[in-house]
Amino acid sequence: MSSWIVTYLWLIPAVPLAASLVILMLANSRRTASAALAIFGQVVALTMAVAAFLPTLQTPGYRAFHNFTWFTFGEQTLRIGWVIDPLAAAMLVMITLVGLCIFVFSIGYMAKDKNFTRFFAYLSFFSAAMLGVVIANSLLLLFVCWELVGLASYLLIGFWIHKPSAAAAAKKAFITTRIGDIGFFLGILWLYGRSGTLLFYDHGNGCLENAGLLLVGASATFIALLIFCGAAGKSGQFPLHVWLPDAMEGPTPVSALIHAATMVAAGVFLVARVYPLFSLGAIDGVTPSLTVVVWIGVVTALMAALIALAQADIKRILAYSTVSQLGLMMVSLGVGGVAAGIMHLLAHGFFKALLFLGSGSVIHGCHEEQDIRNMGGLRRLMPVTFLTYAIGMMTLSGVPLFFSGAWTKEEILHATAHWPKSSVPYYLMLAGVVLTALYMTRQMIYVFFGDKRAASEHAHESPRVMTMPLIVLAVCAIVFSIALTPAWPWLHGYLSGEPAHFEIGQLIQPMLFLSLALVAGGIGLGVLFYRKAGATDPLAQAQPAIFRFLENKMWLDEFYARTVLAFAHFAARFSDVMDRYFWDSLVRALAGVGQLFGILSSHFDERGINSGVDGATTGARGLGRFIAARHSGQIQTYLRAAGVGALALLILYAWLA
Amino acid sequence: MAGLTTALILLPLAGALFVSVARQNSARAVALGFNVLTAILAITLWRNFDTTAGGLQMVERHVWIPAIGAEYLVGVDGLSLLLVLLTSLIFPFAFLAQRMTRGACALMLVMQAALYGTFTAQNFVLWFLFYEMSLIPAFLLIKIWGGEKRDRAATKFFVYTFLGSVAMLLSFLGIFFAKGTFDFAALADLGKHGLLTGNVAWFAFAGIFLGLAVKVPLFPFHTWLPDAYETAPTGVSMVLTGVLSKMGVYGFVRLLLPLFPNEIRIVAPWLLALAVCSIVFASLAAWAQSDLKRMVAYLSINHLGYCMLGLFAITATTVRPAQEMQAALSGVFMQIFNHGITAAALFYYVGLLEQRRGLRGLGDFGGLMQRTPLLCGWMSVAMFSSLGLPGLNGFIGEFLIFKGSFAVAASFTAVAVIGLLVTAIVFLRAMQALFSGPLAESASTFPDLQWNEKWIVVPVTMLMFAVGIAPQFVFNIFNTTVVQMTRLFALTTLG
Repeated sequence: MSSWIVTYLWLIPAVPLAASLVILMLANSRRTASAALAIFGQVVALTMAVAAFLPTLQTPGYRAFHNFTWFTFGEQTLRIGWVIDPLAAAMLVMITLVGLCIFVFSIGYMAKDKNFTRFFAYLSFFSAAMLGVVIANSLLLLFVCWELVGLASYLLIGFWIHKPSAAAAAKKAFITTRIGDIGFFLGILWLYGRSGTLLFYDHGNGCLENAGLLLVGASATFIALLIFCGAAGKSGQFPLHVWLPDAMEGPTPVSALIHAATMVAAGVFLVARVYPLFSLGAIDGVTPSLTVVVWIGVVTALMAALIALAQADIKRILAYSTVSQLGLMMVSLGVGGVAAGIMHLLAHGFFKALLFLGSGSVIHGCHEEQDIRNMGGLRRLMPVTFLTYAIGMMTLSGVPLFFSGAWTKEEILHATAHWPKSSVPYYLMLAGVVLTALYMTRQMIYVFFGDKRAASEHAHESPRVMTMPLIVLAVCAIVFSIALTPAWPWLHGYLSGEPAHFEIGQLIQPMLFLSLALVAGGIGLGVLFYRKAGATDPLAQAQPAIFRFLENKMWLDEFYARTVLAFAHFAARFSDVMDRYFWDSLVRALAGVGQLFGILSSHFDERGINSGVDGATTGARGLGRFIAARHSGQIQTYLRAAGVGALALLILYAWLA
Repeated sequence: MAGLTTALILLPLAGALFVSVARQNSARAVALGFNVLTAILAITLWRNFDTTAGGLQMVERHVWIPAIGAEYLVGVDGLSLLLVLLTSLIFPFAFLAQRMTRGACALMLVMQAALYGTFTAQNFVLWFLFYEMSLIPAFLLIKIWGGEKRDRAATKFFVYTFLGSVAMLLSFLGIFFAKGTFDFAALADLGKHGLLTGNVAWFAFAGIFLGLAVKVPLFPFHTWLPDAYETAPTGVSMVLTGVLSKMGVYGFVRLLLPLFPNEIRIVAPWLLALAVCSIVFASLAAWAQSDLKRMVAYLSINHLGYCMLGLFAITATTVRPAQEMQAALSGVFMQIFNHGITAAALFYYVGLLEQRRGLRGLGDFGGLMQRTPLLCGWMSVAMFSSLGLPGLNGFIGEFLIFKGSFAVAASFTAVAVIGLLVTAIVFLRAMQALFSGPLAESASTFPDLQWNEKWIVVPVTMLMFAVGIAPQFVFNIFNTTVVQMTRLFALTTLG
């Protein structure tokens, strides 16, 4: 039953990985070769991903895996493996396809960079690590690849390493995500101790299958929450989202890769992958862990959408939009709409890559300017970028009917509306829809409409190698919706293992009108607000305090710096000082006691023993002299002494007797 | 293959003799030559070692001083073999790391012989002899060839470890008078039912514990270490951290755990707390260092803390599931090996930087990535290995230790993982300071890795990858020993 591809599934990440290693060994001057190799690796991975995708179409709920022993310790074996199921297959195709577009785009974008070859090596490595996360059939293997994703992002965010800000952002990304990963790691340990295996699927014995879940039992809530820490770190959920906007320090293709295909998708994917742990023991689809996921998602989605409203950097706006969209996906997973969340993740992969590459094209065209207040009127100068960007913007905002993002967002709203626990998330999500439309409209107006400003004076359209990926992604963003509509919910059925039927009557749902109204409201509001916007933001004029609050990202970075970081720094200093002074002086005090003992004993030697010995010798000498004096040689004296002695003996004898 | 172990011990001693009569500038070559020979012997030992058989192998037993129960008794089990191999790996690495004078080379070889002896001796008197024999060369190497503050550091090192040794010796004398044997196997057998009882047991336990805790070192007996590692010459630091620190861990496994199961169980929460303190405080202290060598030294304490956590965890409870004990013990052995390689490599890289710059403060560099990308790249691998990145060697041991200890001591383990986070911070901070930003003027003439340095760096890094990706070949060395030891430790609770 299992297709040949299952055995060779490992090649999908291995080929880009091999490409990456080979490129690393190439000389810096072999630019064409390195780009060609990276793209070749990606094409192979894409081809194989499609090959792996095909068998999953045959039967609903198809799943095949291949497990093997990684190593034996003591009498036990640690097994890992890979798995292909609709979730993995859909992700594989999306990642490789989006990745390929980004790779091609990078040829143009990075053309002038000194370390062009290294860039492609890192890109390939990034893609390989992410593909590894997707096919892993073991939480441990997933974690291994997960950490490699973190490493790749570290290398790429800090790619322009001569810039101190880039190095700081890279460090921040790695450490912030690692905070989450510590929780994830504990979750793995706990799960391993409970179920005795980290394999997801293993003929009924995996930790996500019945036997394993039975062993996990009541600790599932804690395990799930610990794993969610990792997901929150990688997917930029509040309160660990602070690294994501800073990650913009990397070259724009990297931002696209991080925000669309890899990295941030990993967290959402992880929750979907281990969903049985989250939903174990669910009553009415609600568990404590899922409830936490919902609320974290809600807070993240709204907070990020608000912050996006007050940012001036074109990439930062998109970054916060990513954070917000990820929050939305988490909400979807939390309320039970797993398929909806993953569908949105896939759609988001296309349109967010499109938007980021579009912003890259804008930045490139405006000679590295990123501030939207210095742009304007670009729609005539950069027509292709403008059109594709507009498609991306409408998809993100959720303009109904033609754009994939709208359908998936609709499905999420549907799922949220039916959450039995509370209806607050639903209404907050509706507010999020308005806000999304609003901040995207603001950005569009600033960048593409109105008068030309400083940076757009000499702007030019980007070369074909950069616009082609934009067109491909734009087409994807639209065409993808065919598989998403309620009339033919193919992807939904595919992901949840139910066959989909075509019913044109289902196309128009009541919800559609609601979202139409909301999106129209958001865009209309945006046009109204920002139509005549000048150098200062209209919101800043109307509500300067609120604007500053949002512009400064709600001062969360500063808050962390004053609290968590300050405490950590203090702890480090404290440990050092304790070591240098307290423990060391304790030991030295002990040594001092020893030394004191030494001094005392040397005194004792001098005064006591030594003088005693001296005294003894003097005494002995005196005795000698005394005895010598008695040896006079006179017989009379000797006889007298002998007589006295004999008498004394006699008396002694008589007394004793 | 009788005599192999003895040959392994004697060969470096012969080497020391040869070196001391060699010419000054060929001393290191002679020492390296002898290291090639010992490496061949060690590999022969490995080839002849039956990994499926339990117990000691290649035992050599000769009467020595019957009156005090001293025998010449050497033999190898999985743990011994692992450490012999590690010693044979680290010493050539250290000799290659820097130029050394004739005297230093000779002392290093004496130390090497003492280490082989320590890891194979199976009788306390013999073991103690070798144990002390390693101390004196280390002291002299720091005292004579160390950097500034060497006098203080050397004295501190000597006083600390010597006091520990004296305490240990007294304890063993007590055990000998009570039980009449110095044989490790016989003692372990007696230990199943409690070796000693009452206060004597506690005194003996405390003495041995102190001696070993200083050697590892375990918090708060660790303050000699940063000074010693900081001042010692690069090659000596590599050996100190790579091999010498393993003597303490080895002692814990070989002596303390089998001999005092009851005592350990009673104080286990305190021991676990010390291990966690080692892990957390040492990593935090590393964060506060501005001297690279001192930073790496603190992280060495941190990494050995993981070993201690694993060892104490498996003896902490009365219920000891075999799979958790095997996980923790395998993890500890793996960590012994991995830390040896990685920490030695880190000291090596710090040495390279110091050679080029003359200084080794975090602030003395900057932007190196632009000038020496190869050096930065390879050094990063060692750093990521040390911070436990999966795919590299460090992760395997740490994962198993944490798996084993989490199952029996969850709360201690949960605190200990903070160490994983702080270690990452420490290394990323170092990388930021060294590699990124604008190129520091002082570094503008740095040469990148030279070919002779590449010859050292590449195999060591390959080993890190090999252990990280396919660690089975290392597990094979000690799997049977792990199974046997877990049976022993599981039995001791029944008694």
